[in-house]
Amino acid sequence: MLNTLAQAFALISTWEVIVAMLAASVYGLVIGSLPGLSATMATALLVPVTFYLSPIAAIATIVAASSMAIFSGDIPGALLRIPGTPASAAYADEAYAMTRKGEAELALGAGVWFSAVGGIAGTLSLMILAPPLAEIALSFSTFEYFWLAFLGLMCATLVARSSPVKAIASMFIGLLVSCIGIENPGGVPRFTFGVTNLLGGIEPIPALVGVFAVAQVMRAMLTPEPPPIPRRKFGSIMAGQWLLTKKYHWQMTRGNIIGIIIGVLPGAGADMAAWVSYAMSKRFSKEPEKFGTGHVEGLVEAGASNNASIASGWVPSLLFGIPGDTIAAIAIGVLYMKGLNPGPTLFTEKASSMYAIYLMFIIANIIMIPFGIVMIRLASHVLRAPRSTVMPVIMLCCAVGSFAIGNNMFGVVTVATFGIIGYVMEENGYPVAAMVLGIVMGTMIEQSFVTSLIKSDGSVLPFFERPIAAILAAMAIGALIWPVLVWVWRKLRREPAPATASR
Amino acid sequence: MSKMITRRAFAASSAAAAAVAGFGFKPALAQAYPARPVTVIVPWGAGGGTDATARIVAALLEKDLGQPFNVVNRTGGSGVVGHTAIATAPADGYTIGMLTVEISMMHWQGLTELAPKSYTPLALMNEDPPGIQVSSTSPYKTVKELADAIKAAPAGKFKASGTGQGGIWHLALVGWLQAMGLAPNHVAWVPSNGAAPAMQDLAAGGLDLTTCSVPEARAIIEAGKARSLAVMATARNPVFADVPTLKEAMGIDYSTGAWRGIAGPKGMPADIATKLTASLKKVYDSKEFKEFMSNRGFGTVWGDATEFAAFMDKGDAQMGVAMKAAGLSKA
Repeated sequence: MLNTLAQAFALISTWEVIVAMLAASVYGLVIGSLPGLSATMATALLVPVTFYLSPIAAIATIVAASSMAIFSGDIPGALLRIPGTPASAAYADEAYAMTRKGEAELALGAGVWFSAVGGIAGTLSLMILAPPLAEIALSFSTFEYFWLAFLGLMCATLVARSSPVKAIASMFIGLLVSCIGIENPGGVPRFTFGVTNLLGGIEPIPALVGVFAVAQVMRAMLTPEPPPIPRRKFGSIMAGQWLLTKKYHWQMTRGNIIGIIIGVLPGAGADMAAWVSYAMSKRFSKEPEKFGTGHVEGLVEAGASNNASIASGWVPSLLFGIPGDTIAAIAIGVLYMKGLNPGPTLFTEKASSMYAIYLMFIIANIIMIPFGIVMIRLASHVLRAPRSTVMPVIMLCCAVGSFAIGNNMFGVVTVATFGIIGYVMEENGYPVAAMVLGIVMGTMIEQSFVTSLIKSDGSVLPFFERPIAAILAAMAIGALIWPVLVWVWRKLRREPAPATASR
Repeated sequence: MSKMITRRAFAASSAAAAAVAGFGFKPALAQAYPARPVTVIVPWGAGGGTDATARIVAALLEKDLGQPFNVVNRTGGSGVVGHTAIATAPADGYTIGMLTVEISMMHWQGLTELAPKSYTPLALMNEDPPGIQVSSTSPYKTVKELADAIKAAPAGKFKASGTGQGGIWHLALVGWLQAMGLAPNHVAWVPSNGAAPAMQDLAAGGLDLTTCSVPEARAIIEAGKARSLAVMATARNPVFADVPTLKEAMGIDYSTGAWRGIAGPKGMPADIATKLTASLKKVYDSKEFKEFMSNRGFGTVWGDATEFAAFMDKGDAQMGVAMKAAGLSKA
């Protein structure tokens, strides 16, 4: 073991690997922080570069760029209320509220610190628990995925600040949007109106960019400049983080664990981890009324969760060649190309390469702290820049980013359309984040529900028969009827009092 | 470094934009082809098998012809979007693309007007036959045992997956069932988002068999979670030499496959097409290509422009019959 570790160190301490890692880190930070350019795209654009690199350096670029991009998606979310990646969408409102309260450094500091901690926790899980975690992942059939997606959708009401009815309505709009296209279990084109581009459906990223970024720009054009945030020195970024770690250590640990588990499940990934953790944090918080007003607790948990899922997402990829998320899907392609074929033999025959990957994850998460601080300092100038210069730049980023996703104008049209939809929804108090959640989860919930029914010949029993499915079902149904029970209980207790009073 | 990447991606994107908008500038006639970068459209996402194959081909074409060959992923609509982009690009040789087997299937489903005839075929590069995989906990050790159990079971009892409804591996199953004299829906098809989720569900105990290609099932098989019983091909795959063909195992002479080839829009200048086919032959024969393909367990098949056209025509007719039988055809 020590011998392999030494070999792994030798593998990564070459100039090529170090330079590749540093360059990819800067690249990931920049791409992730630009609204409209996602972590997945950052990774996809790296693939041609990896052709010219040695295997370890090639993987180093992907590890570094994806970890950095997921964190730096928090930056525009906090400063401008425009999440850089879907993983940051769950708590962008909260982080922006903190910025308006003058706590931008605390919000972003929590982002970088708990992301790094989460990333390292995820890596440790990858090192120690890969085989048992992979067993868990492999025991998930479509029945379990259905309940998982169902629980994910239920987060919509927990996360939103507005009325639950409007949150659910938004989520249903999102589900309706996810019906568009041919990528449904029946393989039948739906709501395509004969437009070829609509066959592909609406991807979550352009929708997200539209409802957050474009709608934000439209609002900025129509409302007077908000009172400027008091001019003062941008405080220390890391100062309060140790206190937060002590105060919220349980939330952090829970975020790590949830992130690791969701990351391991193929198809779930960092986006879902952030949503579920933020909702959990609110549900179990001692002060849930503070959520949405600029309260750091949810940021701690969700930030710890989404970065933990990045590392653990590599478990099914490395063991079975099944991608945990889209980033891992790209990474698998690179692994094959470099002769590191995924499979259990990778852990035995190429153990030193595996340890090199672990080490790179840990290093990437450590250098995230200094790099992230520099990035936050640079980005914070946005707060002082006049709106008339910031907003056009954001529009440009949105247009370029949405074009680059599918390499066609359709992406740009989608972003513009969702900008208008998002603007109208926000003006009427419908939370757009819930709609994004519907779009992200819609395909998964439909696919898992329909295929499960095909497999069970139309019987719903297997949704409750399989042990893990039964547990998840109990959680989902419990969460659904719990508020009703509480309401009935209160009603029953209060009922006698007014009854006697009226007599 | 980061700058270089974004600039390159931007160059590729703008080239595609120009192509989409129909602004493809006409090359000066005196200049030898290729005088400027060529766009290679891939109808599937970055990181997948088609993408990887296109990228290695593009890199080797670039080496041979001295101009950048930029791979652009035009995803969505089960391949319709990207295939349309190839067919509607200006036929000047500066936009080519990778066709996949779906082009001979989608028009039968009424999803598009496009068919193999809508392109200038350049070369066939690869074909992967479907396999028949079961979970390692499955009682069936040979494809014969599995087939007998399927025949004895009532229709719809066995569940199979590997791709979406009406996808290539679904048709492979239909073809195999028909060859055994069974109804096309005797085994129920469970649509999935590709081979990887299907293989995972097989291991999780949600399915009885998958009919995706053996390379797609490889990692799970090597993890000891599944085994491959047969391949629906004319010969064994050298990487998985112990997996028999259907003919060897049950005497059924049925084979099909998912293929990938390079083509341009219809009406490309003949001299440019000939030059590209010649260069693609060099790519196909190169050590790098062979090594890459065998590393991933992908099969290599060569067909020049005429052979590729004939191959697609034959496949197209075969697909039409299979899809009509399965009730998937609207044409």
